[in-house]
Amino acid sequence: MNSIDALKELLYKIADDQLIIGHRNSEWNGLGPILEEDIAFSSMAQDKMGQSEHIYNLLNQLGEKDADTVAFTRNAPQFHNCQFVELPIGGYDFSLLRHFLFDFAELLRFENLKDSSYQPLALVAKKFHGEIKYHTMHANTWVYQLGNGTEESHLKMQTALNEHWNTALGIFEPGPAEDILINEKISMGEKALQKKWLEVVVPLLEKSNLKVPAESTWEPVYGGRYGTHSENLQPLLTEMTEVFIIDPTADW
Amino acid sequence: MVTKEYIRTELKQVKDPEIPTISIVDLGIVTGVDISEENDIHVTLTPTFAGCPALRLMEDMVIDHLSSYDNLGKITVETSFETTWTTDLISEEGHAAIKKHGLAPPMRNCSAISIEMLESTKCPYCDSEDTSMKSPFGPTLCRSLHYCNSCKQAFEGFKPV
Repeated sequence: MNSIDALKELLYKIADDQLIIGHRNSEWNGLGPILEEDIAFSSMAQDKMGQSEHIYNLLNQLGEKDADTVAFTRNAPQFHNCQFVELPIGGYDFSLLRHFLFDFAELLRFENLKDSSYQPLALVAKKFHGEIKYHTMHANTWVYQLGNGTEESHLKMQTALNEHWNTALGIFEPGPAEDILINEKISMGEKALQKKWLEVVVPLLEKSNLKVPAESTWEPVYGGRYGTHSENLQPLLTEMTEVFIIDPTADW
Repeated sequence: MVTKEYIRTELKQVKDPEIPTISIVDLGIVTGVDISEENDIHVTLTPTFAGCPALRLMEDMVIDHLSSYDNLGKITVETSFETTWTTDLISEEGHAAIKKHGLAPPMRNCSAISIEMLESTKCPYCDSEDTSMKSPFGPTLCRSLHYCNSCKQAFEGFKPV
């Protein structure tokens, strides 16, 4: 694998994560437990989808198809997103926890990519980093309140954490060319990112009275970065691409 | 002679489609103006938010506006992240325009922003700082939701980014 392919791999996984979590966030539109949360998840969905489009544009500049074609015409095995983002929204407890764990990973990813040797990526990373700060502020405020809230709210958050921790660790599945990305200073690599992430999220969860499962039980759910997905992704794609498939030239 | 200043002044007539009191120049998104010998104009814009749906609309508005001048050649517009937009790029005039629209202008020094700072966003109606933030997410990507404890009025703020 050469460095361009390694870079494309990295861009695909970032953009696909954002597109899929963006779609999942948008499913809260009209369903949020309170109006403000309805708006918050919809706004974050808009941010994520907008960001994914800019990353697909970078891929387009590297010779891949245009953003719409890439976003709307691939099937599940061609997507590089981690399985964590494709899981159905479930209850608000799970969606909030996923938002917390995923967005801190993204914040740290873009913080690092601001210094990427690939300048076009460094520029968008700088922009996205400022936007995602609002996502993590939002996530942390709610996780703190519910973790320290009633017995019921605490139990719901702790249960969601126990059940989905291993899938969350799948965010950091190593890609096929980590060494190239690291040596060419394109990114710090998934292993280093996971380490940074743990240093940030574990203390915040502790402040929220939530405990991360014992390390001896960690079994990261990998596969997403190589096209292996849960049964949840294809139905999402089918729904997301419905209009595009009916009329690829539709404008709105 | 067509100068950059001339173009920038003309572009002050192009308003943000979501906040029609502020021009795209005062919003700080016009990051470059290039003029060729034939008076072809190339305008560079930087996105406020990556997911801002008004981005393409504003590109079209720039082309439409400048195309109405007979003394100008071909008009092209490009959106680039080369200059990162932050709310610190909004001019003083821009702040006044945002307030005129009924929104609280963003605090300066956006890089150090925290939830605590947003809690005391100044009310655009009565200037009280005794306000509370209801949500960092509002009806558009650039707005947050607040409530003024002094004049008992709900208001929206332009979020510092």
